[in-house]
Amino acid sequence: MDEVLAALFALAGGLAGGLVGVGGGVLFVPALTIFLGLSQVEGESTSLLTIVVVALVGAWRQNAYGNLNVRDALVIGVLSPLGVLVGVVVANEVSQRALELSFAALALYVAYGLVRRALAAEA
Amino acid sequence: MAVDSRDHTLKLAAIGTLAGIFSGLFGVGGGTVIVPLLIFWFGYGERLATGTSLGAIVLIGLLGALAQGGLYGNVHVATGLLLSIPAVAGVLAGTAIQQRIPQRTVSLLFAGLLVAIAIELIVP
Repeated sequence: MDEVLAALFALAGGLAGGLVGVGGGVLFVPALTIFLGLSQVEGESTSLLTIVVVALVGAWRQNAYGNLNVRDALVIGVLSPLGVLVGVVVANEVSQRALELSFAALALYVAYGLVRRALAAEA
Repeated sequence: MAVDSRDHTLKLAAIGTLAGIFSGLFGVGGGTVIVPLLIFWFGYGERLATGTSLGAIVLIGLLGALAQGGLYGNVHVATGLLLSIPAVAGVLAGTAIQQRIPQRTVSLLFAGLLVAIAIELIVP
């Protein structure tokens, strides 16, 4: 039963990845930790492998549909590890709760911007 | 036009760095940052933004997986690959469905995802 639920979470994560262009880790991590018994660190690390497979297949399909700018993707991908280092350093210096609330506020602001833009395009 | 190209590259570099910073801070994938910034800064359509985001995530995830697997041995390879089977079925369906719905619907779905993430962060 746990394996079935893990598979369903993975299916949903892949679906979200294809629909909105994220890796799906938000759903892969609980599938691995809650249903397949991995620790949090193992779950987050192992989800990266699943994310790579999903992103590879998703990028391949989107490329076939004409929706992939390879050069832009390469520049973003190659430069992000630099940011990861900065993020890890900041995470250790600043209160976790303050970070969570700032990111939540930012996420809501961006969501508002996307909705406003989408509704304006409709008009 | 050289200035435009330089500006474009600088913005890409900023998106890559920001995506990395947010991954390092919250463990959320870079896609949450990459997709809206490609839309707002470059005026990318939703499909091009999400496709390009997936391309970048291949690299970001690969580097992360290699570091976690190679340096710390935290990656369960067989489990990760098994989980990929239903996940790949999902992404094939997701990309196919995305081609058949209006782009603004993708924006609204993405906004919904952001609200869900915000709620998860706010609720302790």
